[in-house]
Amino acid sequence: MTGGPTVGGPDEPVRDPGAQPERTWLAWRRTTLSCAVSVALAARVALAEPSGLAVVAAGLGALAWVGLLVTAHRRIGALAQARPGTMGAAQTAGTLLCVLVLIGVGGMMLV
Amino acid sequence: MRDRISETVRLWFAPQRLRDEGTTPDYRFSLANERTFLAWIRTALALVAGGIAVDQFLTDLRWGVRTGVAIVLLAGAALCAFRAVNHWVRCERAMRRGEDLPASRFPVLLASGTALAALLVIAVVVLGLAGR
Repeated sequence: MTGGPTVGGPDEPVRDPGAQPERTWLAWRRTTLSCAVSVALAARVALAEPSGLAVVAAGLGALAWVGLLVTAHRRIGALAQARPGTMGAAQTAGTLLCVLVLIGVGGMMLV
Repeated sequence: MRDRISETVRLWFAPQRLRDEGTTPDYRFSLANERTFLAWIRTALALVAGGIAVDQFLTDLRWGVRTGVAIVLLAGAALCAFRAVNHWVRCERAMRRGEDLPASRFPVLLASGTALAALLVIAVVVLGLAGR
């Protein structure tokens, strides 16, 4: 055995043997899945006892989930580089915004 | 103190400004920091799901108790989310400056809160107080 896994030809940069980028994009995927749980719960309320507020809240939740999905997707694209840089504002502020919108959705469900 | 706080908050929304100081650490350390951030975000999301679920499924509880529990969970989620970004910024900055990683009391607070909640639930179940 010689070194870590070599993907592609000899010109291609050798990927990190610790699979750090892969682990990180899986973490992004797990996070979008966790987000989907809250959105599904909100959608359940909107379907079980449909009121104007519940439907609006569920819609907002779905929008936040799509936002997180797009954020994660773009970050996963950036992670495909050989030396990925740190997160940008889209990731830190975007993720924070999505979670805060979901908290707002949860608050609307209580009314 | 106030300047330091506002400077850190500015970094939440413009993390590219971190590059102005220090040297770029090994990208694997940054990715580990990112995964820690995401783990805290998932904690926040789990608390949101818990908050919504309590309101929907614990219908045997009185309205006030149910709403109170849900609000505590949602507030905890907001705290976790802000803390996730803040801690990520502070760790990233410490790594760039070559300083020690910041120590934090937050995990202990969250663990104590969870343990307290669990004990409360045990007490409620054992004493049969819920919904009777």
